[in-house]
Amino acid sequence: MQNQNKSGFSAFLGKLVRQQYFIPLTALVLLALFNLIADPAFFKISITTNSAGNAVLSGTPITILDYGSELAILAIGMTLVTSASKGQDISVGAAVAIAGSFILRMLCGGDSSSTTLHMPIICAFLLGCVVAMLFGAFNGVLVAFFKIQPMIATLILYTAGRSIAAWFNNNELPIIKDTTFSYIGGFIPGIPIPTPFFIAVLCMIVITLVLKFTNLRLYTEAVGINENSARLNGLNPAAIKILSFVLLGLCVAVVGLIKVSRVSSINYSVIAKDIEMDAILAVALGGNSLSGGKFNMATSIMGAYIIQFLTQTLYKYKVPSEALPAYKAVVVILLVVMSAPTVREYFSNLMKKIKVKEAA
Amino acid sequence: MKKKLALMMVAAMTMASVVGCGGGSDAAPAAADTATDTAADTAATDTTDTAAADTTADATEAEAPAAEGMIKVGIINNDPNESGYRTANDADLKATFCEENGYDASFAYSLKNEEQINAAQQFIQDGVDYLLLSAADTSGWDSVLQDAQANGVRVILFDRTIDADPSLYEASIVSDMRAEGDKAVEWMKSQNLDEYNIIHIQGVMGSAAQIGRSDALTETAADEGWNIVMEQTANWNAEEAQQIVQSVIDSGESFNVIYAENDNMAQGAVAALDSAGITHGVDGDVKIIGFDTNKFALEELLAGNWNYDGQCNPFQSSYIDDIIKTLESGGTISEKTIIMDEKGFDAETITQEDVDTYGI
Repeated sequence: MQNQNKSGFSAFLGKLVRQQYFIPLTALVLLALFNLIADPAFFKISITTNSAGNAVLSGTPITILDYGSELAILAIGMTLVTSASKGQDISVGAAVAIAGSFILRMLCGGDSSSTTLHMPIICAFLLGCVVAMLFGAFNGVLVAFFKIQPMIATLILYTAGRSIAAWFNNNELPIIKDTTFSYIGGFIPGIPIPTPFFIAVLCMIVITLVLKFTNLRLYTEAVGINENSARLNGLNPAAIKILSFVLLGLCVAVVGLIKVSRVSSINYSVIAKDIEMDAILAVALGGNSLSGGKFNMATSIMGAYIIQFLTQTLYKYKVPSEALPAYKAVVVILLVVMSAPTVREYFSNLMKKIKVKEAA
Repeated sequence: MKKKLALMMVAAMTMASVVGCGGGSDAAPAAADTATDTAADTAATDTTDTAAADTTADATEAEAPAAEGMIKVGIINNDPNESGYRTANDADLKATFCEENGYDASFAYSLKNEEQINAAQQFIQDGVDYLLLSAADTSGWDSVLQDAQANGVRVILFDRTIDADPSLYEASIVSDMRAEGDKAVEWMKSQNLDEYNIIHIQGVMGSAAQIGRSDALTETAADEGWNIVMEQTANWNAEEAQQIVQSVIDSGESFNVIYAENDNMAQGAVAALDSAGITHGVDGDVKIIGFDTNKFALEELLAGNWNYDGQCNPFQSSYIDDIIKTLESGGTISEKTIIMDEKGFDAETITQEDVDTYGI
């Protein structure tokens, strides 16, 4: 009886380790525990009044939800691209610059210091979506038809994107003075939760519904696992791959809108800099294989918030930000090592041994 | 095969995009742009390099007939998209070194030192009279400058200085970043605040602007006993600055000065203050200090939202023009290093005229 219980427990443990939720949850628990022990004030949430006179929530957890949301939205698209194309898009930072710049250009109508909006924000945003999806499609075509490795194909936009973004606005720095525009990256009057979080939740709901009621997940995974057998089963792998890049383009446009709204302006060379690395890291942290195939959207999104949690923790302890990438690198190394086949084999052997001992 | 195709696509794409960017300016510089940028963006394989170099040669040779009686200058600068400063700097140079003023100018842009050196060699081969240089990196210029001297090309440094023997160049026209920082710190001292709790937001670590402006603050803070609440690099990026300031607000520490090493970061910092309802500027709780005198920053000063903005003068072309005229008429330059006049603006004394004259 005792033995059975024990083996039941270790079986449970083994099952837990194999669960995709294991890596992100462990990371989350470790981070939370560390902060709780070091300084419980980390989790303090208070109500303050912002300069527009609205009561808003503030505190580190809110900041994490606020800034992690951009990453979470990108992680959605990046997960799809990773699954279908067996590679990653490294041009998202540059594409965010393009989308943001285009949205600003539409709003200010070419006059870099205009005080009135030249079109409703929603129109500018939809046009921005179209542009970002076109650039996504460009990447997708290179990957799907020309069979270029995704990282190489997206390197093109990675290098050229910021110049294109600057060109949209003739190299000027447009500034939007309309206050409604700043609601998107800030707070809507009367709602104490940051708007980016709402936008992220909306994106999550949409992608959940899409994955539930369409064949997107099945088709994407099928193409990612084995392109040839997917084709033999009547799927068009090229179309699915392009679709994944176009959907990432849509996510990019949303993030572009949030980013430019935060400061009502843009700086082409640094906006969303290196965000692609964080987005890829989010996918990896979510326990998804970076070589395509099956994916778990929820863990990717969790991964995104965990990265922001980590960043905010490091800021809190005043780690110089030139050292931040080093800390992220440690996380990446741990992830890569944990997911390496030899390490996995070792752990599963260890589990078996424990089981054998228990049985004896 | 895949690799080749990818490289071709990279080349084609950058060509197309850069031609697009150069659309506004006259044809010759645009052609030079294309050549150097292509070299920049294709991962510098031999084949593409020579191809790119050939295009540079073609572009400059094509201009040669027009050069009768004109002073031929080759200008090597950083990418104009880098910042508002660089955009203004490039526009200023283009306005001065034009055919109406008796110059036959060719431009080359890169943020990478080795590509700038390639461009310099190309200009020397093309037989320019003057080589104007804003080096990406301080080292590695000796041999190419010796080549220039051997070929009778006179070198004038602008904006940035280099580690080379002063005999290798005629003059250097630079901003003294340390003096800019000192001026701002001096202003802070003159405010006679009861206490100084400073958030110090740094630029990209190791850049001349960051070193000069940081040293000024760090040393004075140590001497005066000022408290640095947070010292962190935001890489010239508004959103990173916003996050850093947000994290200080979340931690509950009090501060009353934000020293941001450029305007964009000051803008991001102010956005964080606004969402937390902390007042800033002339009548506010927190003093805001920025650099580079972007137009939007000076407008914020004029509106009393910020307190101080230090100038980093991008208009070197008139100084260079004077030097060339002196040298051409057989004169000599008395001062090898010319430090430009730079101002600091206080929100309480700034006028609309200042905004129009000095805003970039």
